Amino acid sequence: MSEKLGAAQTPALQVTDLKLSYRVRGRDREAIRGVTFTINRGESYGLVGESGCGKSTVAYAAMRYLPSNGKITSGTIVLDGRDMLAMDGDELRQLRAKAVSMVYQNPGTALNPTIRVGDQLVESFVTAGVHRHEAGERALAMLRQVQISDPTGVMSRYAHQLSGGMQQRVVIAMALASDPTLLILDEPTTGLDATVEAEVLDLIRNLRATFGTSVLFISHNLGVIARMCDRVGVLYAGRMVEEGPAWELLTNPRHPYTVGLLRCIPRWGLSKELGALDTIPGFPPGIGAAVKGCVFADRCGLVQDICRTKEPGLDPVGEGHASRCHFSDIAQTLPSAERDMVPRPPVPETGRSALSIHNLRRTMRQQGSSFQALAGIDLEIAPGEVFGLVGESGSGKTTLARSVVGLGAPDAGSEISLEGKPLPAKVGQRSRDQVRAIQIVFQNPDASLNRRHAVRQILGRALTKLTGVHGEQRARRVVELSESVRLDAALLDALPRQLSGGLKQRVGIARAFAGEPHLVICDEPTSALDVSVQAAILNLLVRLQRDRNLSYIFISHDLGVVRYISDRIGVLYLGRLMEVGPADVVFRAPHHPYTEALLSAAPSLEVREEHRIRLSGDVPSAAKPPSGCVFHTRCPRKTGAICEQEQPPLAEEEPGHFIRCHIPIEELRRLQKPEAAKEAG
Amino acid sequence: MLRFLLRRVALALVTLWVLSVIIFLASHALPGDVGRRILGPFADPRAVATLDHSLGVDRPLLVQYLTWIGGFVHGDLGMSLSFHVPVSQLLLRGLGNSVKLAAVAFVIVVPLSIFGGIVAALRRGRLLDRIITVGGLSATAMPEFVTSIVLILVLSISLKVLPISVQVPPDADPLTQIYHLILPSLPLVLVLFGYIARITRAGMIEALESDYTRTAVLKGLPWRTVVIRHVLRNALMPTIAVVATQTGYLIGGLVVIETMFNYQGIGQLLFTAVSQKDFPLIQAGVMTVGIVYLGATLLADISYSLLNPRIRLAGRE
Amino acid sequence: MSAVISFPRLETAASARRQAWTERLRLALRTPSLLVGAAVVLFWILCAIFAAKIAPYDPLQPDILHKLLPPSAAHRFGTDGLGRDVLSRVIFGSRGILVAAPLATLLGTVGGTAIGLVAGYFRGLVEEVLMRITDAFLALPTIVTALLVLAAVGGSTTTVILVIGLGFAPIIARTVRAAVLSEAQLEYVEAAKLRQERAPYVMFVEILPNVMGPVLVEFTVRLGYAVFAIATLSFLGFGIPPPAPDWGLTIAEQYTYLIANLWWPVLFPALAIASVVIAVNLFADGLSQVLER
Repeated sequence: MSEKLGAAQTPALQVTDLKLSYRVRGRDREAIRGVTFTINRGESYGLVGESGCGKSTVAYAAMRYLPSNGKITSGTIVLDGRDMLAMDGDELRQLRAKAVSMVYQNPGTALNPTIRVGDQLVESFVTAGVHRHEAGERALAMLRQVQISDPTGVMSRYAHQLSGGMQQRVVIAMALASDPTLLILDEPTTGLDATVEAEVLDLIRNLRATFGTSVLFISHNLGVIARMCDRVGVLYAGRMVEEGPAWELLTNPRHPYTVGLLRCIPRWGLSKELGALDTIPGFPPGIGAAVKGCVFADRCGLVQDICRTKEPGLDPVGEGHASRCHFSDIAQTLPSAERDMVPRPPVPETGRSALSIHNLRRTMRQQGSSFQALAGIDLEIAPGEVFGLVGESGSGKTTLARSVVGLGAPDAGSEISLEGKPLPAKVGQRSRDQVRAIQIVFQNPDASLNRRHAVRQILGRALTKLTGVHGEQRARRVVELSESVRLDAALLDALPRQLSGGLKQRVGIARAFAGEPHLVICDEPTSALDVSVQAAILNLLVRLQRDRNLSYIFISHDLGVVRYISDRIGVLYLGRLMEVGPADVVFRAPHHPYTEALLSAAPSLEVREEHRIRLSGDVPSAAKPPSGCVFHTRCPRKTGAICEQEQPPLAEEEPGHFIRCHIPIEELRRLQKPEAAKEAG
Repeated sequence: MLRFLLRRVALALVTLWVLSVIIFLASHALPGDVGRRILGPFADPRAVATLDHSLGVDRPLLVQYLTWIGGFVHGDLGMSLSFHVPVSQLLLRGLGNSVKLAAVAFVIVVPLSIFGGIVAALRRGRLLDRIITVGGLSATAMPEFVTSIVLILVLSISLKVLPISVQVPPDADPLTQIYHLILPSLPLVLVLFGYIARITRAGMIEALESDYTRTAVLKGLPWRTVVIRHVLRNALMPTIAVVATQTGYLIGGLVVIETMFNYQGIGQLLFTAVSQKDFPLIQAGVMTVGIVYLGATLLADISYSLLNPRIRLAGRE
Repeated sequence: MSAVISFPRLETAASARRQAWTERLRLALRTPSLLVGAAVVLFWILCAIFAAKIAPYDPLQPDILHKLLPPSAAHRFGTDGLGRDVLSRVIFGSRGILVAAPLATLLGTVGGTAIGLVAGYFRGLVEEVLMRITDAFLALPTIVTALLVLAAVGGSTTTVILVIGLGFAPIIARTVRAAVLSEAQLEYVEAAKLRQERAPYVMFVEILPNVMGPVLVEFTVRLGYAVFAIATLSFLGFGIPPPAPDWGLTIAEQYTYLIANLWWPVLFPALAIASVVIAVNLFADGLSQVLER
């Protein structure tokens, strides 16, 4: 610690004009087009950008760990005052062992599957120079520091025996073993559940305070960056376009790209009634593409002739704040790319029901043991209504979606009916009208579109099977369908891999709409996409729903997205609905303690620091659900024995607002008032 | 893990049963009657009928199958038609001899090919890798009788370093016996080398490119430690399964090698049985080959599950 | 988002597809193992087609007065134990195997692919039954399976093709099933079910095109083994019947001369087999390299 303070003058990491290219098919393609930044001692620096902008490449370059086809063509990387590019293999190894560590996106694969977790951790200490006799003790102490319960037990386990959150804690413990000068975190919580992510992020903050480590934090999520970093750099197409203090940059962006990016995000309180989300049209220049002038010029709403001929410098626009734009002073006047203002969406017709689900149960078998994925769901969805479904992994939201479309049969006694008429459980037993009435948009278009079929074949086949059209009529309908999702007819002969992620998802949406459905299930339709693309897809879904007045069940783990698009929201936990109500009501206190935890876990851009409630531990296994209220093992507001013994009913506490909790709503209202929270804090 | 193993044993038994049905049907239910096939198209019909009766092949198929498999379970494999001795006696001796030959081949090939695969993976894309991969591929694809000819020509006839004959006095010391087995085992070694080296190399490359190897490198471990501690164990697990399945190919090769070198193992026995249409010996011999193969894969499964904590610790929480 | 999203990088999708194929072709032309393999196989195909024109002598005509002559200007590869010209026999010998091996492989690939698709797609009982039968076949080396059947029905070129095809089908079925299993988990298969497609459509139109890569590689690898197995069966006397100038058969007939160091009647057919086998495998290796990228 004292050593670190002593060296406080030299920055932890200094990257100067870094250029890097990958050799692909015999040609060097530039991925990093000159990046400069400095991370000071004890500072937390965030690098944001959409996929393909080069942020992970920069991180690995900072450890001088590149694939064999990657080459640093110019620039310097100085870590802890030492020039990394001038080091030989042994010096580099010493540096990695003692001065810099990394935490990666998939903790499950980052740990060796055949070596005990404890041995891997001990190895990190030994490599960092700790004596072998001492290393075991130190490892155990470190596990305690990363707040692992039962550290002795965890030491003798293998990676696959730990949950994702625990694995990431172990990886963090390994990274901190050497008490490094710089800790690089590459999307460390992507793929973790929201409540676990919140815990891990808190842990990282606390550890940083304890160890005084400098941090390079890579993320695509601006909310996470806002919470975790002192300063932020925005990368676009391998170029740093804006840099500044985190809060300043996120509230007062001075580059059109940052401005556009922030406008794409469905923020708290934003909903489809208030208008369409803004988008960033076009595509970033590909790796290796020759760029003249400003890298963002092709997509910028403020573009002028000078932008295409002369690249702007990264010029200061405020205290420690710089933007690479000729027009940074007017960046915030960037015109909205979404001129087509979405008018008010239809008001759901209450009283009638498009879909009604009664006592839906589904028992699944996994490795010999059976568990209830859905434990009695009751739900009514009105025509023209968007019902949002949120929940963490294992909550049963995808099982619910699959049961509704008829993939996999629910248990006996479950009832699903469409517009008042009972639906057969399996899609094979349903009539054509029933099949075309309920369709689904899958999460990952790479998996849901056949990679050997052209778009025309994908859409044409769906039209034929769902509506019975053939020949010329079908050809015409294919074009109409593609236009309805704003897909250029010239792309109809493309194979999915020739399309970008957003275009692929448009094909998936068009296919679901081929049979003019009454209900479309959207299973995380935007979670594989970048935020700017997500915004365009959300706008499309809203417009389609407005034009056709149909219903959606919209599944997502992103609360902002669900809030934006939904009329009503259901919160699912271990196969049970914990809360159901109108979107704005569910998001406003009082709510179920689990909803409260989810809301406070979500990284937001609006509130900088506030009192948050945190859940400890992981979601219990659905095979052995807790007794009584299934949430009692993690509930911060658990009142007593009743929670362990008796399952509360899903009671209508206010008109249209259902909560499954023993605590009376008045009490919840009092507990969840901001003032009460402050007192408690 | 017990569950896993029990399941594997049960599967192997079911497979064995299916195999017995296939073998039985292949030798009985094919067109033409057995006696006629043995005696030829010009034999006296009465002689054919007598032979059919003495073989019991005029009884219903199911009865024949049950008699055969029942005898098999009790170790009674019937009498060989061509050797006029109990089949079990022939097979036991043949198997013993074949195991000796196969053991010599395995002892040479397993360390050599695994080492070759590891070296190729560590030198991926370089000259040594190409030599091992392409050379191994070519050797694997070569029929044993072709390589035998070249080896006999070079090693026995031109250079005279290895004896061409495998006939050694039965009281010869073990070293002499092994010495005489080297030449016939070399074609088998060549066939197996490419196969095992290839799988080892693939497993190594997968492990080398894995995230946990990256973790180990970025920890600052020396490259040797990374390879020995983190890569090898994960990389060699698939190789075990492959070594076991190769016993199958090995026996196929033994038929050729033992026939060429006139070595009295199970391969030559099978060849003779097929040439002489000695059906009791064919059935029992083929069945034995299947049992050896299934036993070897089962053994591989067990060692794989011992090495893989995911399976070893399954069901223990 | 008022404008229709356009495709900025490529003019039309069709031209993009053509480009992908030319790219692949260029890659193939830069893969030496593919080229060498193809050239050698082509050489033997030409030999087989034009054997009568190339071969200097009649491959079946014995000439007892000139038996076992070493290679010379008159007989470049010498003569065999019956005085037949070895070079002519090697040239004519390519015919049998170059017909039988591809046919047997094709048979095994088609059959195995069908079994693998059905087993991987239907799962459950169908899969269990098919896989147990496949496993049982896999427990026997192809040569042993072939001998078992050939003992019962007798050898001829047709039965050899059928038997090798039968022996290969389970091996290919395994590979295809594994590929189908991972494909069937993808959501495009569910999407097909959600418009009530029938099983054959899903298997052959949706899944099959996506597993063609492994099938193609498996075909070429198996082709090498077909040459291996057919030559071996001929050598053992269960393949193409004499007096055909088949390589394996020739080696079996002339093999005893080896002890007397009369190597040429045996070595040349052996080298012929070796060259075909290696060429086919080089081709397979190159093809999988091209398809992988």
